[in-house]
Amino acid sequence: MSDSRAKKYLRLKGLIGKEFLQIWRDPSSLSIAFVLPVFLLLLFGYGVSLDAKRVPVGWVIEKTTPETTSFTAAFQQSEYFRPVYFADMAAAERAVLTRDIMAIIRLRADFSSQLFKQNSPAIQVIVDGVDANTARLVSGYVQGAWNEWLSHLAALRGTALSQPVIAEHRIWYNSAVLSKDFLVPGLIAVIMTLTGALLTAMVMAREWERGTLEAMIATPVTMGEVLLGKLIPYYLLGMGGMLLSIAMAVFLFGVPLRGSLWVLLLTGTLFLLVALGMGLLISIVSRNQFVAGQAAIITTFLPAFILSGFIFDITSMPAAIQALTYLIGARYFVTILQTVFLAGDLWPVILPNALALSVMAVVFFALIAKKAPKRLE
Amino acid sequence: MPEVRNDQAVFALEFQAVGKAFTAGRHRVDALRNVSLALPKGTVAGLVGPDGAGKTTLMRLAAGLLLPDSGRVVVFGHGTDNDTEPLRGLIGYMPQRFGLYEDLSVAENLALYADLHGIDRQERAQRFQQLTRMTGLAPFTARLAGRLSGGMKQKLGLACTLLSQPRLLLLDEPSVGVDPVSRRELWNIIEQQVKMSGTTVLLSTAYLDEAERCTDVMLLDEGELLDHGSPEAFRGKIRGRCYRVTHPELSNRDLQNRLSGQPGIVDAVIQGEAVRVVCDSEDSAGAVLAGTDTGKPRIEPVAPRLEDAFIDLLNKRRAPVRQANEMAGPAAPVADEEIIRVDDVDRWFGDFQAVKKLSFTVRRGEIFGLLGANGAGKTTTFRMLCGLLPASSGRLQVAGVDLRKAAARARARIGYMSQKFSLYANLSVSQNLAFFSSVYGLRDDRRDERIRWALRQFELEPRKDANSGDLPLGYKQRLAMACALMHEPEILFLDEPTSGVDPLARREFWNRTNRLAAAGVTVLVTTHFMEEAEYCDRLVIMAEGDILTAGTPTDIKRQARTEALPDPTMEDAFIQLIQAKQS
Amino acid sequence: MWAMIYALLVKEFLALVRDRKSRFILIGPPVIQLFVFGYGATYDLNHIPIAIYNEDRSIASRDFIERFTAAPAFTEVLRLTRQEQIAPALDEKKVLAVLHLGPHFSRDLYLGRQPAVAQILVDGRDSNTAMIALNYMQSIVATFNLDWAERHRLPGPPAQLRIRAWFNPNLESRWSIVPGIAGLLTLVVTIVVTALSIAREREQGTFDQLLVTPLTPFQILVGKALPAAIIGVIEASFIIFMAVFWFGIPIVGSLAALYLGVVLFVFAVIGFGLMISALSVTQQQGLLGSFLFIVPAVILSGFATPIANMPPLVQDFTLLNPLRYFLVIVRGVFLEGLTADVLMSQYWPLAVIGLVTLSCASWLFRRRMY
Repeated sequence: MSDSRAKKYLRLKGLIGKEFLQIWRDPSSLSIAFVLPVFLLLLFGYGVSLDAKRVPVGWVIEKTTPETTSFTAAFQQSEYFRPVYFADMAAAERAVLTRDIMAIIRLRADFSSQLFKQNSPAIQVIVDGVDANTARLVSGYVQGAWNEWLSHLAALRGTALSQPVIAEHRIWYNSAVLSKDFLVPGLIAVIMTLTGALLTAMVMAREWERGTLEAMIATPVTMGEVLLGKLIPYYLLGMGGMLLSIAMAVFLFGVPLRGSLWVLLLTGTLFLLVALGMGLLISIVSRNQFVAGQAAIITTFLPAFILSGFIFDITSMPAAIQALTYLIGARYFVTILQTVFLAGDLWPVILPNALALSVMAVVFFALIAKKAPKRLE
Repeated sequence: MPEVRNDQAVFALEFQAVGKAFTAGRHRVDALRNVSLALPKGTVAGLVGPDGAGKTTLMRLAAGLLLPDSGRVVVFGHGTDNDTEPLRGLIGYMPQRFGLYEDLSVAENLALYADLHGIDRQERAQRFQQLTRMTGLAPFTARLAGRLSGGMKQKLGLACTLLSQPRLLLLDEPSVGVDPVSRRELWNIIEQQVKMSGTTVLLSTAYLDEAERCTDVMLLDEGELLDHGSPEAFRGKIRGRCYRVTHPELSNRDLQNRLSGQPGIVDAVIQGEAVRVVCDSEDSAGAVLAGTDTGKPRIEPVAPRLEDAFIDLLNKRRAPVRQANEMAGPAAPVADEEIIRVDDVDRWFGDFQAVKKLSFTVRRGEIFGLLGANGAGKTTTFRMLCGLLPASSGRLQVAGVDLRKAAARARARIGYMSQKFSLYANLSVSQNLAFFSSVYGLRDDRRDERIRWALRQFELEPRKDANSGDLPLGYKQRLAMACALMHEPEILFLDEPTSGVDPLARREFWNRTNRLAAAGVTVLVTTHFMEEAEYCDRLVIMAEGDILTAGTPTDIKRQARTEALPDPTMEDAFIQLIQAKQS
Repeated sequence: MWAMIYALLVKEFLALVRDRKSRFILIGPPVIQLFVFGYGATYDLNHIPIAIYNEDRSIASRDFIERFTAAPAFTEVLRLTRQEQIAPALDEKKVLAVLHLGPHFSRDLYLGRQPAVAQILVDGRDSNTAMIALNYMQSIVATFNLDWAERHRLPGPPAQLRIRAWFNPNLESRWSIVPGIAGLLTLVVTIVVTALSIAREREQGTFDQLLVTPLTPFQILVGKALPAAIIGVIEASFIIFMAVFWFGIPIVGSLAALYLGVVLFVFAVIGFGLMISALSVTQQQGLLGSFLFIVPAVILSGFATPIANMPPLVQDFTLLNPLRYFLVIVRGVFLEGLTADVLMSQYWPLAVIGLVTLSCASWLFRRRMY
């Protein structure tokens, strides 16, 4: 019995060693595993921001008075806006159409006199609704800046502003509301689907295509060993990618890591098992690199991007699409990542999501065990 | 040692009424029908048959990679259906493309298979040494498998398979795309293995001269085992029906043309300075005479070959092939007109010189052969002649046009058929024909006429709506040739046109080619099959980018004549030249 | 010459349409993505779970709270009774926000000496959702203030900020996203069709077969570009049709201006696709190349995040991205009714990109022919 165990160990060692050599020698494997993640992280870390900052806003001031000057000065201090001045509405409207400015703030000639009258149309704000999200953020910012300026002004004049209720807000976990702090941790899940599902599906399909699997099945190797021989190297590769991403997130982009690393690694393992299981299952069913690649992108990569809550809020989606997100492993992992990074080790969040991942992993591996061919058919 | 000896078993491999079917789309195809066979231990068995006969399915069933739908496959007393555990250690299986990891080196491939077979360290070192010496791979252990020539890949595949010292060795088409020298070495290894360890061998092959070296031959056709016996037994069936025919006035090619297809004649092929004829009965030699209406042919009986028996058996199952001769060519042959001229041509790839100072000429209406081992520079030369690759230096003239100046003009006058029978796999037969005729500038009535011609001449009519990717290899080869001929080129380039194609389809192919040449089309052909060199008017043999020798087949064989070998075959001559070059 | 190109065109289409896999690639992913994106990719908030912690049990506070719970953007899922319950509710992501009214809420409200305080606590883990939710809540508070002032004849708040959104009065994300998908999917399909086409022929060996025909490299290139152009335009038309008739997005501008943009965009994309194609030897490399092009092209296009928010260097880089210009055109024509003369500033960069990439592709193609 010990003899056969020694042989089993030898076979597995051979398979894993072979896989690493192949990964090392294939530029496209390496680029999917390491170049693509770095590229995506840099793109998201530096290139993309959902925060509106230095938004170009057009000003039309029909008559300059001390109040208008004070108001524009208040805006100029804000990092959210970059003012552009126009002589009349027509010019400003044209600038909206050519996408040069995202909003117009028009101060009428009677701005100063009408300022404290109720329901006066002294100020008019127009936002460009073509990009609805930005438009909404911009109008929120303008509203806030306006309120702040008004109370400031009222205080100066010694009259309290009549405000029955004021909303006092506090934002937890990400008080600076930096989008990169939630995009970068979420991106780690997307990146891990690349190595876990896409790469694994393609390399396994390649073995079918090139006939090497045929030669392998004819040796004493069992299908379980073949699958394990794929699982272990790509697991290590995926965890390598994850560590790289975490390091970049923390040291390069300054995302706080409030929870503990070991929780990330443990839940990362669970998620990677789900992704690997998916990748292996795809390759077993398709046996063709082209189809496997396409299927992996459609069933894992895109959903991880759109349906995981990584960018778009899940609770706002229609019920049918929400139901669909429960089938997507990335959904659970994105929640864990954002929590562990920004909030800390909150077990009530981590445990149920980790449990969902474990169930998915078990289901995938059960399916693999059922579908894995013992022979060529 | 993984052997679980079961001494009760007399047979190394048994098929008991095995049937196997596959579903392809909506159709159910019987790959094997009720096949029974038994190979005693120590047999070297060759499995032969046309393309699509079910050879690969049979090999995979024997290896336990597939399970039969009906019947049973038994290896050394273990059924492949339920007793797989001990089998894996007993069987060594090499699939068609050798099952190598091309991005691993020779040593790494060997190490991987040693790990998979659980061979321990001391034994491993000894086996590696023995196998790399035996296969001649010792100097190349650090080279990536993907960078090896076809012959070396094959030997590495074999070495990986032999690592576990299997008692049943299964080789699926081990010699496709491999040159004669490597094939000889492969046989030496197999014979050594059989002698040393009493291994039982089953190999499938398209080369009947290989099957001659086996102790058992099995002929498979359309999923049925037609015959099983020793090569001697096969040959015995057609004893007295084989002749060598020469004619004082007619050229061999004309003679063959007249003879083939005559009633009573099963087969007529050019062999050396004569035409080899197989008749359908012992007393029908007279039919040979009927085929030659002028002069007196010289007829002498010869010893039968396995190939003759093979053609004879298969012909009985097929409708006789009648070929209408409509291979209309462009112009009547003009003697001694040079149509291709190659002067001092070099081709470098980085710092590797693939072709060295090559010079030769081809005359109009000739069949001109380029022979050589893998990596000799044949394909490079071919690609340069077709304008697919520019020469590094030197001059290439095709159909009177300098390729460097007007490649497009030259291309309108040539037809090219590549090694892989490159067709658009998801276009139907007629769509492929329509496409190629259109890009050659044919249109309207002329185009339709040529498509009808091609469908009729190449017998593609019944399959004209099938996807070309789903066709059997023989059909693909015909369709590829038809596509290359749509615009009636003056010169036809054929790169390995018969690689992997069975003898029956090969004969048909050469019949067509001969008729094309007779109609004045110049044909350039590369091949591994040395016997096919006999069809050429002239040929060059290349090695490592150089021309080793040039001349008619007779001239070349004459150079190889020795006392030990008074009547050398083309293969003997080839191997002698290569070995002389290497030493 | 045109007869030969026509033959190439027919061949290319037959090859795509007769193969089940290619057919699926052309139809399956775009339809799936259209629906997933169209419905899933939204920044509008619906039924955001919130918790209420009301220490002041008065009619006024109940009235105030009702304005939140009745809003379609929010759903009350928890009613808290103790301070300690707030942290777990947010931590465990049971709710996105907690609305907390202190015990003196109605007293301050009625006395009017100091403003009553409504405390809002928001989970900032998803900063974008947090900001949008906060904006919503603040506008609810503002409306309440107005109504309260009016009812109690208080001196009203000063001049109102009237914010009007042009072109998309209700600021529905779908109006921005779905026309954008027309650009996105046209990009993906056109790239995949062109980037893999030459590599596939190389793998099958038919590429050599094409090269030995009298076709010139230019004709072969045109034969590859035209089918992709036609497929790209059909794809774009399908999504535009679905945007109007399925998603009910108004199209204000002229179709002519839109289609001029579609054609120029498709040509610019084909240029990139053919460049990838000329560089890749195998289909796998082609797939990887398209991936490396598509991902940054989508992210740096202004599709999901505004270009104005990107760092200046990245903003300059987006000038090379054809999708950036096309998004302006498609959204402009759909929502703003922009005319061709206003869009000139978007047309010419596309034309320039198209010319440069196509010449690059044909140069690469000639070089890599052998």
